[in-house]
Amino acid sequence: MIEPRIGVYVCHCGTNIAGVVDVAEVSKWASEHLKGRGVVISRDYKFMCSSLGQELIEKDIKEYRLNRVVVAACSPHLHEATFRTATKSAGLNPYLTEMVSIREQDSWVHTDKIAATNKAKAMISGGVERVRYHEPLEPLHVPIHPATLVVGGGIAGIQAVLELADAGQKVYLVEREPSIGGHMAQFDKTFPTLDCSACILTPKMVSVGKHPNVELFTWSEVTNVEGYVGNFTVNIHKKARFVKEDICTGCSICQEKCPKKVIDDVFEAGLGYRKAVYTPFAQAIPNYPVIDKENCTYFQKGTCRACEKLCPTKAIDFTQEDQDISIQVGNIILATGYDLFDSRRIPQYGYARLANVFTSLEFERLSNSAGPTGGKVVLRDGVTEPKTVGIVHCVGSRDKNYNNYCSAICCMQSLKFAHLVEERTGAEVYNFYIDIRTPAKDYDEFYQRVLEEGTIFIRGKVAEVTDAARMAGEEGKIIIQVEDTLMGKQRRIPVDMVILSAGLEPRRDAKAVAKLFGISCSSAGWVIEKHPKLDPIATMTDGIFIAGCMQGPKDIPASVAQGAAAAARVLGRIQQKEIALEPIRATVNETQCSGCRICNNMCPYNAILFHEDRAVSEVNPALCQGCGTCIAACPAGAISGTGFSNEQVMAQIEGLLLLNLEAEPA
Amino acid sequence: MEEQQQFEPKIIGFTCNWCSYRAADLAGISRTKYPPNVRLIRLMCSGRLDPTFVFKAFSSGADGVLISGCHPGDCHYVDQNYKTMRRFALMEKMLVQMGFEQGRIKLVWASAGEGLQFAEAVTGMVETVRKLGPLDWHIRGQSNGHLTKELLLKEDVV
Amino acid sequence: MKYGYYPGCSLERNAAAYNVSTMAIAEPLGIEFNEIDDWNCCGATEYTSIDLLAAYALIARNLALAEQLPDNGKLVAPCSACFLNLTKVAHQLEEEETLADKVNLALAEGKLHYTPGSIQVYHLLEVIFNDVGLDNLAKKVVKPLKGLRIAPYYGCMIVRPGYQRTFDNPEHPTSLDSIMNALGAFVVDFPMKANCCGGHMTQISQPVALEMLRRLLKNAADYRADIIVTLCPMCQLNLDAYQENVNAYFKTDYHIPTLYFTQLIGIAMGIPAEQLGIGKELVDARPALAKIGIEVPSEESVPEKKKHPKESLPMPTMSKED
Repeated sequence: MIEPRIGVYVCHCGTNIAGVVDVAEVSKWASEHLKGRGVVISRDYKFMCSSLGQELIEKDIKEYRLNRVVVAACSPHLHEATFRTATKSAGLNPYLTEMVSIREQDSWVHTDKIAATNKAKAMISGGVERVRYHEPLEPLHVPIHPATLVVGGGIAGIQAVLELADAGQKVYLVEREPSIGGHMAQFDKTFPTLDCSACILTPKMVSVGKHPNVELFTWSEVTNVEGYVGNFTVNIHKKARFVKEDICTGCSICQEKCPKKVIDDVFEAGLGYRKAVYTPFAQAIPNYPVIDKENCTYFQKGTCRACEKLCPTKAIDFTQEDQDISIQVGNIILATGYDLFDSRRIPQYGYARLANVFTSLEFERLSNSAGPTGGKVVLRDGVTEPKTVGIVHCVGSRDKNYNNYCSAICCMQSLKFAHLVEERTGAEVYNFYIDIRTPAKDYDEFYQRVLEEGTIFIRGKVAEVTDAARMAGEEGKIIIQVEDTLMGKQRRIPVDMVILSAGLEPRRDAKAVAKLFGISCSSAGWVIEKHPKLDPIATMTDGIFIAGCMQGPKDIPASVAQGAAAAARVLGRIQQKEIALEPIRATVNETQCSGCRICNNMCPYNAILFHEDRAVSEVNPALCQGCGTCIAACPAGAISGTGFSNEQVMAQIEGLLLLNLEAEPA
Repeated sequence: MEEQQQFEPKIIGFTCNWCSYRAADLAGISRTKYPPNVRLIRLMCSGRLDPTFVFKAFSSGADGVLISGCHPGDCHYVDQNYKTMRRFALMEKMLVQMGFEQGRIKLVWASAGEGLQFAEAVTGMVETVRKLGPLDWHIRGQSNGHLTKELLLKEDVV
Repeated sequence: MKYGYYPGCSLERNAAAYNVSTMAIAEPLGIEFNEIDDWNCCGATEYTSIDLLAAYALIARNLALAEQLPDNGKLVAPCSACFLNLTKVAHQLEEEETLADKVNLALAEGKLHYTPGSIQVYHLLEVIFNDVGLDNLAKKVVKPLKGLRIAPYYGCMIVRPGYQRTFDNPEHPTSLDSIMNALGAFVVDFPMKANCCGGHMTQISQPVALEMLRRLLKNAADYRADIIVTLCPMCQLNLDAYQENVNAYFKTDYHIPTLYFTQLIGIAMGIPAEQLGIGKELVDARPALAKIGIEVPSEESVPEKKKHPKESLPMPTMSKED
């Protein structure tokens, strides 16, 4: 080992560290007691991460010919990259720097100043011992495949696809339903502009469908993902539509003539019907129908086949099989959206028991002119217009019994419903709210408009929605029992129709999808982003990005922004043509390897190959992610790991326990 | 009046870069207080934990070892923490056979959002090891059968 | 299936019909009840407001006596108030060591001791629903209650709070509904099924109590229920004995009999009505039962088939597909 010349830098971090740890003393201790271990210079400074702090390191490296640097400051997750860069600009390999966290792990969590100072000393001692065994490392460069996979054809996914495709890059879009469009295609109007949702969405959908750079897989799911950033191999399982896409003209005769009617509980939210052979809505992209095997008379009983007989181009093919298609991509953007909270979980709100209680998605379909009632706002009998309507906010949201979080869009959505109901039916509208959340542009102005239109706002969490009449005037109505907290009284409001603004929840299979792509979900079920403030569209897994409601409830502009942001990040990667991977890797020392192959099965990335001829194992550095399990497993100790080698960890242990002070000077 | 100084155990903690180290960071960010007896070492994955690290820690003067990683099923590297679980089970058995009390080595899962739980686990472990007393391996490690037997007869506190 | 049995004070007198019908259906359903010897009053709802420790000791005495029975530590109480008191104390003694010690000190004076955690308390409804089960119950039905419109009334104490366990949904319980369905009756939608009957308000403020009862009776009448079925002696007493007062006070004309669910189970099982205590109630149940005691039920008792107009929208169902 070369003679170590170590520079130690103890950061004050203002008073964050210096307020508890005696940084000057620690620095002095390091220069005196660790001198024998190679510490040449030890300093303390107010803000090491500042440009002056970094310059301090750079100057010292040159002046004192340092070949190792230890920075005792905040968490390496925050500034490891910063100090590595400083080291690099002084001409020293960045991996010869070690960060020790005396803030998150010392000054911020301990109150005993003497103990905290002693702990800081021990941690620096550990860092010094460890850094002696650091070696210069070079990041691995891997090429980035220019194609991208986008999973989820809602508005966030569509935006990401268009940004990438318009930039000239190849994009694969995989969507589970027969058509892209997502939840936005179900809405009637969008707040606050009251634009018709389909009118603003369909041009984008059409662009996606026609784009030469986009390969669209609908009625498909991703079933397997292998590889790493820049080089993913993905398996797409394309379900059989039983329709030949290349000759179907989208004429819809099959749907018209199909005798089997089914309740459409996906697109129509259970409020309307479709046929067994169907396209989910008129503007579906692609416009080819799909046959629902479970409800098709031919598949269930072997008879009918009306669609096949009547199709003018003979595009129906009952023998079509599911397909598995493998694609290569460099980056993946996930935008799988949300599921609505199941209002049956709150039985006191009467959904599924009382006929005229509707969920928000049901109401969207009701008010949509292409919906089951042609846009007429009517009760469940399909004919009667309501004279009074109650809209309940926060159903299943902001509630410890169900979901603790706020679903972000329901207040605006409830205001939109209030406006639409008043406009279409002239009914008296009551909104039952806890708070009115209208944070974005033109949102509060919309609220003020709805107020002026005469909507009655009652502040209180609805206790019960019932049809048990208690007094005259309540018979035949649905009664909303609520405490009006501004009046301080209990009120019973009889209405004809109730709309529940149900909260947004992660998709029911979000955890499984996350696992498939190697990312994780929070306890609420939303996918975890790399940093909630500064990097909401990246994940901990490099190459996998997220956009839209998958990351948390949000409105359409925010989903669009995230979709575009994810696409921009990917475009930046593609444009650089290659990416530098962290050189934390395992390597097998062939001479020590006995060929026992215990390591082979340990690797979750199948990065370890076995050479039959030489009877030794070898790690593929491109696939290896550096977890180190094989290193720990090797009985011969034949595998070593860069960045976290055995020597480094053992030395750190000795340093932490201050054994190094008893050792002979290096 | 001479005050008997309370025994301050030295505990080495191994955390994984993705979950438990971030949990420790979160405890810091949230300013959750816990005793200063634990000194953490960051590994990329709990699966990296070589049993020799544990023995090295004990023989170098640690009184306890805390191992922490992602919850089973949530490992950043897919399923390496299951290997940690298996190794831990064997390691614990071996240590007990060697005369260690069971409370000296502990495996705790902590996800990146569980800063409070991490701090509580550390606090609990410090108290457990404090009750067990110093390991003094350099004394115990001697092949002085009489002394080892005496130490083994001490009441076990888990 | 063996259980310890705690009838409680009301089952000895006011709710004698409940006790008699429970005993009548026990044997055919394969249940063996072992009544606790020398049980004492559970303190109902008042005592805990007067002297907490004494109330706990009073209730714990029953638990200690139950512990001496050879019934795997299972104690059944048909009365909701007794059930709630017993399960609450059993749970709290398990949770709080110091409380358990104090209570045992008191019990020691009577040469008794209760080991916390040794008794699990069940309501009779839970036993019939979970342990006997709907299938077994349906098998024993010889006279299906077809055509009888029943409003299932749980009262407030059985479903909340769940001390040792939560046995049914506190807002919208369905176990009694399922049992009545299994007997072949038509279960009327009764949204106030878990609302309070007023309890002892009849003694404290009659107008308040009568209003609460009026709401329940109105709801049952609006849904054209023939009988209200209940599982708590207090609820039965209030709805039954005070119905006349409600009619007088509010100038209404309700005549809805209230029976215990065990009585209806007995009828469906073919046990003669006199053996089930039918006839003891103040608002006579015999006319309602006569409706189905004869031949084919009349047209109006049969629920009308709702004709959905062509335009009507499909209705979601409560059954979850998960």
